[in-house]
Amino acid sequence: MTLLVQAAALVVPTADAGPSCYSRLTNEWFCWQYVTDRQSEIVDATVEHVWITVAAVLAGLLISFPLAVLARRLPRLESTILAVSTGIYTVPSLALLPLLVPFTGLSPTTVVIGLALYALTILVRAFLEGLRSVPDEVRESATGLGYGPGRLLLRVELPLALPVVMAGLRVATVSTVALTTVGSLVSYGGLGNLIKDGVLTDFRAELLTAAVLCVVLAIVLDVLLVATQRVLTPWTRGVRA
Amino acid sequence: MRVLQDAWAYLTTAGSWTGDGGMLELLLQQLLLTVTALGLAAALGLPVALWLGHLGRGGFLAINISNIGRAVPTFALLALLVTADAWGWTQGWFPGVREAGPYGRAGLATLVALTLFALPPIITNAYVAVREVPADVRQAADGMGMTGLQKFRRVELPLATPLVVSGLRLALVQVWATATIAALVAGPGLGRVITDGFVRNQYGQGIAGAVVVAVVALLLELVAALAQRLATPPGSPGARPTGRPRRSGGAPASVAAPTVSS
Repeated sequence: MTLLVQAAALVVPTADAGPSCYSRLTNEWFCWQYVTDRQSEIVDATVEHVWITVAAVLAGLLISFPLAVLARRLPRLESTILAVSTGIYTVPSLALLPLLVPFTGLSPTTVVIGLALYALTILVRAFLEGLRSVPDEVRESATGLGYGPGRLLLRVELPLALPVVMAGLRVATVSTVALTTVGSLVSYGGLGNLIKDGVLTDFRAELLTAAVLCVVLAIVLDVLLVATQRVLTPWTRGVRA
Repeated sequence: MRVLQDAWAYLTTAGSWTGDGGMLELLLQQLLLTVTALGLAAALGLPVALWLGHLGRGGFLAINISNIGRAVPTFALLALLVTADAWGWTQGWFPGVREAGPYGRAGLATLVALTLFALPPIITNAYVAVREVPADVRQAADGMGMTGLQKFRRVELPLATPLVVSGLRLALVQVWATATIAALVAGPGLGRVITDGFVRNQYGQGIAGAVVVAVVALLLELVAALAQRLATPPGSPGARPTGRPRRSGGAPASVAAPTVSS
């Protein structure tokens, strides 16, 4: 009887339409009513998810480029940089976040730094591979045309390395979207917070909606990156088409 | 920095390692989970991927499996598997959070998730490994009158071994990380120490657990790197001290970049 009373209390808002599809009794996986009723909560979680992901990938991008350039200039540093970043990558995300907590506390900064470290590993490798893929003849011609090292890097090598770098950026972005959910450990996990709540309270609609949104978000960001790549590398278009 | 002292105190207390639910028990549990899942994934994925590589078909499939695997959050999949035990149409046969012998609470659901996440690196690397055997070597084998099976066993398989092992190594790191995340859905393994610490506001304990998980992860990586070096004959194209798959124009970026997503 108590169960029934609780169920009745839960379905009050939609009393005329029978029990809602996300009430305790039915607890359906797919429930559009949940999405409309909790719209603001879902939008907030998605926005948090997006900004944490974007901030982490951007931070990774900004740090990895100078690191890759440094590794190329000083080959002795290359193996050290790669070894350290691979080491960080080996540490599971659920362990990396607590290790940052003493320094940054329970804040979104902790999640952003942790995810940026993972993105960094992928991006440093992508930059190194990309710069290595630039043919030596091209480099020599540019030097012959009077390009200094700085201009050679920015005007010749970087654009030619872009396809490989973008491939790495796509991998980094998609995996960062997935990893952001683990941030729910420190309560800043975007959609991960909804997933966590869904598990704790056995709330299936919430759980599945958040999981699906994560995958959709990854696909949307990936498509955006592919579009950006097409705009940034017009010379590859003719070849592929 | 009080928490660091707390963490040190937790690590140096014998009581937190021994006993029921102590870190030692959880550590062994997680190692058992990792090894089982890796074995299952290798048994499922390797034959298919190697044979597809031999036939030269299904590359699209291999690459796509790895891409989809990256987009699905480990946490979400674990959460779905754990919550799924009361699905009406499985009549409750799916174990969900139920205890599964030495694998602990939600053991079976965790094993399924771990195996699924170990498959992409194993399949992609094994497929690419066989595909990358040089065409002239294949032709030479054909010229010597080898049958398809002979060519596969005596030529392609030995040459592919280094990359296959590197896939297994990636999968090992991945499975260990995923097994840690299982604790977010109250699953088995060392992650429990971390999540319990955070839930009870005992951050020292959480950090101590994180240190243990990280150290074991690094040790596993070192052991795997050593195993990979042993599996790679000196002078072969796969013999690179960093253990990265060899660079080549045909290799997809997903193989060149580390594929861990947890």
